[in-house]
Amino acid sequence: MSRLSIQLPGLDLKNPIMPASGCFGFGKEFGNLYDLSKLGAIMIKATTVETRLGNPTPRVAETAAGMLNAIGLQNPGLEKVMNSELPYLERFDVPIIANVAGTTTEDYVEVSEKISTAPNVKALELNISCPNVKHGGITFGTDPVIARELVEAVKKVSKVPVYVKLSPNVTDIVEIAKAVEAGGADGITMINTLVGMRLDERTGKPVIANGTGGLSGPAVKPVAIRMVYEVYKAVNIPIIGMGGVTNAQDVIDFMSAGASAVAVGTANFVDPFVCPNIIEELPAKLEKLGVKRINEIIGRSHL
Amino acid sequence: MIQQERMIVVRQSEIAHHIFELTLQGKIVQDMNPGQFVHIRVSDSFEPLLRRPISIANINKEANEATVIYRAEGRGTQILSQKQVGDEVDVLGPLGNGFPVEAAPEGGTALLVGGGIGVPPLYELSQALNARGIRTIHVFGFATEDVCFYEDEFSTLGDTHFVTVDGTKGTKGFVTDLLDELKPEFDVFYACGPLPMLRALEGFYPEKKGYLSFEERMGCGIGACFACICKTTDQTEKDYVKVCSDGPVFPKGVVEL
Ligand SMILES: Cc1cc2nc3c(=O)[nH]c(=O)nc-3n(C[C@H](O)[C@H](O)[C@H](O)COP(=O)(O)OP(=O)(O)OC[C@H]3O[C@@H](n4cnc5c(N)ncnc54)[C@H](O)[C@@H]3O)c2cc1C
Ligand SMILES: Cc1cc2nc3c(=O)[nH]c(=O)nc-3n(C[C@H](O)[C@H](O)[C@H](O)COP(=O)(O)O)c2cc1C
Ligand code: FES
Repeated sequence: MSRLSIQLPGLDLKNPIMPASGCFGFGKEFGNLYDLSKLGAIMIKATTVETRLGNPTPRVAETAAGMLNAIGLQNPGLEKVMNSELPYLERFDVPIIANVAGTTTEDYVEVSEKISTAPNVKALELNISCPNVKHGGITFGTDPVIARELVEAVKKVSKVPVYVKLSPNVTDIVEIAKAVEAGGADGITMINTLVGMRLDERTGKPVIANGTGGLSGPAVKPVAIRMVYEVYKAVNIPIIGMGGVTNAQDVIDFMSAGASAVAVGTANFVDPFVCPNIIEELPAKLEKLGVKRINEIIGRSHL
Repeated sequence: MIQQERMIVVRQSEIAHHIFELTLQGKIVQDMNPGQFVHIRVSDSFEPLLRRPISIANINKEANEATVIYRAEGRGTQILSQKQVGDEVDVLGPLGNGFPVEAAPEGGTALLVGGGIGVPPLYELSQALNARGIRTIHVFGFATEDVCFYEDEFSTLGDTHFVTVDGTKGTKGFVTDLLDELKPEFDVFYACGPLPMLRALEGFYPEKKGYLSFEERMGCGIGACFACICKTTDQTEKDYVKVCSDGPVFPKGVVEL
């Protein structure tokens, strides 16, 4: 047992650090920069049944200590992801968490059933929270009854554990967390982006072509920490926390609030080596805290 | 190969109104080609958060130096313009695929068309073309005289013509007006500038080979985030291209304009 390792349903993590979905593509670009086997896991870009071309540009806008995005679930579709993207990642010793998205329950079921058979996909992450798809995604994530039913349907077909990615764009995130747990979810990942808008200084119109976009980056960290803290108290399944992580201290914060592992999103754009850098920094942080193994700090805020 | 390096500022000066010329030293210069860009982190804090994509304007491999020319307009580029000689700048690069220099036939002529801050990458391109014995004609459009730059530098490489929107330098109007008037003879054209300029050029020389360099808002700069997508025309088999990793330079006819 190494100092940083973490065991989660389906996931044997060397360390608790993984790139967040949509911020790492399908790994290839970063695979040219460093050895992806260093990572705890990889959350790949959302996959849908058919090819999605996504939203018009501009799709991103910078904001104070953060950014808005409205990519719109662009991906090559299930077949291409399984035939060309996932096999590339097999050369690395790293578990893949497949982010699954769709517009109907049938979409989620179809992608989940097939993608969960890929040899390196060790868990699914149901994206019921993407703020950038009109109808579809968002309703699943904001209605506890629908969310629960979706999880039940996917659980029936998935060959690997199912994590559910929660949307912060709800009045009561604990209610949704409990609902997906009741539906049989093996874990929770949180948070997705917060719906926001930035206006052009000259025209007064939204900068992002889609109008709204999802806010991510350091600016959202306090919201994410609060939500992980609340959900940890209410459920018995593990949480993979994310939202604004840029360094080892942020990882400690998320795990203290109750996360068992931590995903890094936007920070990959600022520093493409951020994940391996954090992994390297962690042991020294644990030393400072007088902690032997990293799992000892999970949920320490609540003690 | 793409690398991240803390490059050192060796020179920085304002060469026109709000237009800065910044020379950086570092080993990633060895991998640079004309038309590629670098992704610059202007501050170690989260303000501003994202890197800024800037084209490579001049490559000096002997000295390990590369020059960029940029307009200090928003908060990121303004911070960059404050950097002093000796300061470190966090650079990711070189990124993207540059201009295909070999597309110009031996002993031939290349037309280089630039608009505003689209002109800088054409400087390294022009040097690379001239080094291969290719004649270059430069036709550049700017808003006003006070933002024009590099007239002397380009003039030593080939015929250089300026046009300004307000007529304060050269002809008054747009590059296409000047091209109509000059009727240059050439084999291949290369262009970089605002979208309306590229759009006008796309159909301007239907029988000529041409390469256009595009700009789009970026996140990662390396092809992972799908921020910088352009729709393609039906002349290609792809549905879309990424400006950062498939481009920024595309043969004309690839991107839907
Ligand atoms: C491949 C490429 C090459 C470029 N080469 C040059 C160059 O050689 N010289 C030069 O002056 N400019 C160049 N640009 C444009 C340059 O990236 C923007 O002017 C710059 O990012 C603006 O940053 P700011 O801090 O001034 O503005 P802000 O308003 O603070 O920028 C906010 C956000 O919008 C983005 N942004 C704003 N304008 C643009 C734009 N036109 N294109 C892409 N992103 C933008 C910024 O990167 C940042 O993420 C290039 C752009 C691309 C995509
Ligand atoms: C450009 C971009 C694309 C994203 N795409 C997805 C996606 O496809 N599926 C998903 O579940 N989350 C997606 N996200 C959300 C991130 O996975 C993450 O939940 C969020 O950005 C918060 O983390 P961060 O602040 O570290 O970026 C995306 C985020 C960004 C910035
Ligand atoms: S900027 Fe991320 S894919 Fe081009």
